[in-house]
Amino acid sequence: MSFLEYAPAPESRAILSLRDRYGLFIDGEFVDGRGTPFQTISPANEERIAEIASANAEDVADAVAAARRAYERVWSKMSGRDRGKYLFRIARLVQERARELAVAESLDNGKPIKESRDVDVPLVAAWFFYYAGWADKLDHAGLGADPRALGVAGQVIPWNFPLLMLAWKIAPALAAGNTVVLKPAETTPLTALLFAEILQQAELPAGVVNIVTGAGETGAALVAADVDKVAFTGSTGVGRAIAKQVAGTQKKVTLELGGKAANIVFDDAPIDQAIEGIVNGIFFNQGHVCCAGSRLLVQESIHDEVVDRLKQRLSTLRLGDPLDKNTDIGAINSAAQLARIRELSDVGVAEGAERWSAPCELPAEGFWFAPTIFTGVETSHRIAREEVFGPVLSVLSFRTPQEAIAKANNTPYGLSAGIWSDKGSRILAVADQLRAGVIWANTFNRFDPASPFGGYKESGYGREGGRHGLGAYLAPAASRSARAARAVEASAAPAAKTRPAAKADAEAKPAPAKRSRRTSKSAEKGAAK
Amino acid sequence: MSRLTVPKTYKLFIGGAFPRSESGRTYEVTSASGGFLANAAKASRKDARDAVVAARGAVAGWAGATAYNRGQVLYRIAELLEGRRAQFVAEIEEAEGVSRAAAGAQVDEAIDRWVWYAGWADKFAQVAGNANPVAGPYFNLSVPEPTGVVAIVAPQDSALLGLVSAVAPALVAGNAVVVVASERFPLSAISLAEVLATSDVPKGVVNVLTGSPAEIAPWLASHADVNALDLVGAGALDWIDLEIAAADTLKRVHRPEQGADAAAPSLERIVGFTETKTVWHTKSLR
Repeated sequence: MSFLEYAPAPESRAILSLRDRYGLFIDGEFVDGRGTPFQTISPANEERIAEIASANAEDVADAVAAARRAYERVWSKMSGRDRGKYLFRIARLVQERARELAVAESLDNGKPIKESRDVDVPLVAAWFFYYAGWADKLDHAGLGADPRALGVAGQVIPWNFPLLMLAWKIAPALAAGNTVVLKPAETTPLTALLFAEILQQAELPAGVVNIVTGAGETGAALVAADVDKVAFTGSTGVGRAIAKQVAGTQKKVTLELGGKAANIVFDDAPIDQAIEGIVNGIFFNQGHVCCAGSRLLVQESIHDEVVDRLKQRLSTLRLGDPLDKNTDIGAINSAAQLARIRELSDVGVAEGAERWSAPCELPAEGFWFAPTIFTGVETSHRIAREEVFGPVLSVLSFRTPQEAIAKANNTPYGLSAGIWSDKGSRILAVADQLRAGVIWANTFNRFDPASPFGGYKESGYGREGGRHGLGAYLAPAASRSARAARAVEASAAPAAKTRPAAKADAEAKPAPAKRSRRTSKSAEKGAAK
Repeated sequence: MSRLTVPKTYKLFIGGAFPRSESGRTYEVTSASGGFLANAAKASRKDARDAVVAARGAVAGWAGATAYNRGQVLYRIAELLEGRRAQFVAEIEEAEGVSRAAAGAQVDEAIDRWVWYAGWADKFAQVAGNANPVAGPYFNLSVPEPTGVVAIVAPQDSALLGLVSAVAPALVAGNAVVVVASERFPLSAISLAEVLATSDVPKGVVNVLTGSPAEIAPWLASHADVNALDLVGAGALDWIDLEIAAADTLKRVHRPEQGADAAAPSLERIVGFTETKTVWHTKSLR
């Protein structure tokens, strides 16, 4: 009997007391949505968990109006000290209900309970605890004395770390004095709704946080609504669309988008730790991580050894029931994501890379994908360029540090990177050259509320975490941009062709005008040719 | 007895050289009173793309220079500008039609802004970056790094000060710049390029295009090798379209500003063209 055979140790679902249906959380209460409700399922067995309301554009407008009222009447008038106390309360309530949240997260998302229990939920509490302390210290946030909140923040989050991404968004927004409308991902709304109950227990004033569930259209409606700040975490494609949507407005934007991180292993690396770090880098959370180390760059002299040891290690990973405490690899979050991973893996084979998958039995129900390594990958292969967002590692090799740097930077993304070496001077020199926002040296996938996180290039802009993450929700007291905006407005008023700093209610109508302008311009270009 | 003057041919400034526009086009620049001043080069799409190539090639060296060195180079610009003060005053007086005193004040302020920004080069990282007390055995540091190639539409209502105010902060952190000068007042921009060419600024770090911002800016906004777009002087253009074009490669976009406050000196303008890099390193006695 191998050590891989073990008695299942599932975490009990009895800790959950879920409702059969969940409404939208608007102005402190659960209300019905006007869109068509949808079911949220467990990706591990496709069983229904609960029915979730869907917010249409009117519901979103209601939520934004509630947030606006709460901002103007309550939250912007409250002292930083009291705002901080609410955040401390929330942090404590999250800790008190930690196990319940972890079980709900693993159930709805498919991630192993040991990750939701030991990583996601503790970090959620830490995030609120960290930003709670900032609320009455904003003068030290780096924007000068008396920085001001932006107003209402519209926040759209992904399904890979549902509750953690909620915390990344809500905690700094509230600490800085903003109110919030948040849209969780369609496939993972559950913990956000449990969080709404926590807000009720914390007696957070009504409307300060509103949660609207739904699909992509709900998110698009939120971005288009009368909000002052848009924060989005998700795919680069959607991020690009949001950047276009907010063009010409005064909305401040933070985008945390895709990545294709290089994890660089030099031949002097501490190899045991490196193997664990590579595994953690790409197989943590089934590879559903925007900063995942999906491109392994191994120095040529140790390539074969590293690949052999990786295969050995992956053969010992336990894939299965996310609620089982022994599980290392959980379920793929959705059928759509599974299809994407399969498609790109097939492309990998078709383009000539060599595929190896860990020999594990996949459950019959649910969405599953075995940990997979591609060797012989070339920089032009799609699996070396596109984000797979699954448990798929592409292995490339290099000879010199310069080559490693060039290959690592050969991507439109720039979110994260890893460096494994025992030579400190080389680590720092390589770290200097990598165009990525987060660099882990001799570790990977570490997160902390005190540490800024965010990308270069097409991985987005703005930072979350730390002092920098707070600044994303603040403006200087006498904002340069606000002054300039007024100036532009004043001077552009007579010129019909320039749309000045749009105040929110003007947002809906300029779209056709914009389109017609663009059309006329491309016509001119055509004529010029 | 009056001497016959020797007028200057104003060209573009790309990669440290002064080429004419590859298109062969020029446009007439007149004084405030309508008199002929010069035929300035009218940059084309190809010129803009050449400028981006030159800027990209210059980023690594400029960003890799020590902050102390960048500070000295920027200070050197101020020194040389001071030496040619009379030339700039005369140019501005003629082009903008302002008094000698006003032109002098503009040049003085431009010089002083170079000095102010020069002093930031080896300090802004200490203000914009910090150590992070993470909950674990890690050394964790956040530092600002240059965004890369920054395309700028310079303020259109001044000959020198607007241009300097937009270009200098982008250079502090180590970015390379492609700037579209004021369409109406392009001559001082090219004179400034002559100062840059002789003040230890590496080739390609600043590239100056003259001509029509409305024509050139869209090519820069949509160029995949441009990392950031400063629309400070684009208020009169279809700048929303420029912002939309820039979104295709998720460029960092700074929206138009106008009036006396446009591109006012600020740390924000330096940090606005940086990316925060956070490095985690394990700590261990073993």
